[in-house]
Amino acid sequence: MAAKKRLRDNLITYGIVIALYLIMEILMKTGNLSSHLKGLLVPMTYYAIIAVALNLCVGILGELSIGHCGFMCIGAFSSAVFSKLTQNNIPTAPRFFLAFVIGIAFAALFGFLIGIPVLRLKGDYLAIVTLAFGEIIKNVINAIYFGVDSKGPHISMNNVMELGMEPDGQVVINGAMGITGTPRDANFTIAIVVLLLSLFVVLNLMNSRDGRAIMAVRDNSIAAESAGINVTRYKMMAFTISAAIAGAAGVLFSHNITSLTATSQYFGYNASIMILVYVVLGGIGNIRGSVIAAAILYLLPEMLRGLNTYRMLIYSIVLIVMMLFNWAPAAVQWRQKVAHKFIKRNA
Amino acid sequence: MKLLQVNNLSIAFGGLRAVDDFSLEIEKGELYGLIGPNGAGKTTVFNLLTGVYKPNEGIIRLDGEDITRKNTIEINHSGIARTFQNIRLFHQMSVIDNVKVGLTERFKYSGIEGVLHVGRYRKMEKEMDEEAMKLLKVFDLDSERDTLASNLPYGKQRKLEIARAMATSPKLLLLDEPAAGMNPNETAELMDTIALVRKEFGMTILLIEHDMKLVSGICEKLTVLNFGRVLKQGETKEVLSDPEVIKAYLGE
Repeated sequence: MAAKKRLRDNLITYGIVIALYLIMEILMKTGNLSSHLKGLLVPMTYYAIIAVALNLCVGILGELSIGHCGFMCIGAFSSAVFSKLTQNNIPTAPRFFLAFVIGIAFAALFGFLIGIPVLRLKGDYLAIVTLAFGEIIKNVINAIYFGVDSKGPHISMNNVMELGMEPDGQVVINGAMGITGTPRDANFTIAIVVLLLSLFVVLNLMNSRDGRAIMAVRDNSIAAESAGINVTRYKMMAFTISAAIAGAAGVLFSHNITSLTATSQYFGYNASIMILVYVVLGGIGNIRGSVIAAAILYLLPEMLRGLNTYRMLIYSIVLIVMMLFNWAPAAVQWRQKVAHKFIKRNA
Repeated sequence: MKLLQVNNLSIAFGGLRAVDDFSLEIEKGELYGLIGPNGAGKTTVFNLLTGVYKPNEGIIRLDGEDITRKNTIEINHSGIARTFQNIRLFHQMSVIDNVKVGLTERFKYSGIEGVLHVGRYRKMEKEMDEEAMKLLKVFDLDSERDTLASNLPYGKQRKLEIARAMATSPKLLLLDEPAAGMNPNETAELMDTIALVRKEFGMTILLIEHDMKLVSGICEKLTVLNFGRVLKQGETKEVLSDPEVIKAYLGE
């Protein structure tokens, strides 16, 4: 019975995403969507993806990370370098697929490496160190100059001249100017497919022996150890998968714009905290909630641009209302009552 | 045959010798009690047996295998499972999932199969469900399978903790004050549960307890600890009528 309920819950989650996709597509086809709003669809989806990734880390593994945009940054840059270098040699479809493979692999690798020191810490300390790593990643990428010529790759941490490139060479990462001229391969359909795949991975993981072990570590690591659960292994596993999914969001990010720079606006701790807000307001450990919260909270301030002065006021009121709706005891009771009635009527 | 053999175990925290020259032998199938005043080092002995602390001196052998230097996880795989003085459940998980965590190492499939729900996943999950339900039936928790562990009443939480420990199919079960905080009815029920575990699984049990009714009711042998040292060891009746034990622990 529980398994059936879980399956139904998962199907509802996929259903919500697909419904959102269809509504947006219909609006687009019938010309009811402004070009401004059209441009927000892909970002909305990759923020939903990274919110799912962060919820795996915060809600399922129970470790507060506020540097997840760093992994998104790695996914964005590694895949953009690949796409820029191969855009004249490989056709779009396989190239974009390989860009995903590379972005996810690099983000996972860094998730693993950073996880080794970070996951030894607990609570506030872990949060602070993840924040630091997120900033380090962003700042290091801002300082890298990378180019390729007939002699192979060149790398420098100072300036373009130091690369010592042949005349036929191509500068790929130009320090703080980032990468320009990445092919814009991403579109709303692909973004939604990636979101569905991320949901599939996370929701299925939660219903497997590894997922149960991860949640056991979250609930009580001492008891988990004495039940024979290798705590370190499962922490690393969840953190790495979470980083990998954040990397996938990064691939969408970099292939949705032509000029990619590692700015604080997108990859700094402010951005990481904004995603944490999506996760907290959507419900910690509630994957579906993350998707809904990301969609609403990303679109809302953009939709309210017309109101200008009151924009942030309304945004903060919505944050408070969502918080109350999710956690206030009276609201929780009311929700349970409604859900109960609904189930009764269907039974 | 000796299942657990502990020889001259000692550990010091700074200048305090929390456990000093502790020896213990438990036969297969025995129900053994470890008693003593607060701070005598009983829980420290459990933490030494399960690898939470490493002893300064001494040897621990389980079924002939030296487990002294192993860590908690390896010791669990060698066959010691435990419960805790303050209940440690996976409180945000359902009752059956708590038990299935205990089954993790016995029913294996790869992470890929788990994420894609293919291959051995369905078969193994089904077998895990069946095995977990079998255990829950023994502990009379099968009607609560989908309840969150934190929503269980206290007595049932204790039972679930024992069920989870049993799920790792141990050779030796350590119970740390299983009756702590229970009313007399719950304690009586717990005694039945422990008796049932012995009958159903032929389990060897070492338990720490302050409830003398429970200790004298079910333990076959006792060790009394005082200030980290063994005060008296032997058959329950003998030990409990020993004048030194009465003076140090039971009260005259």
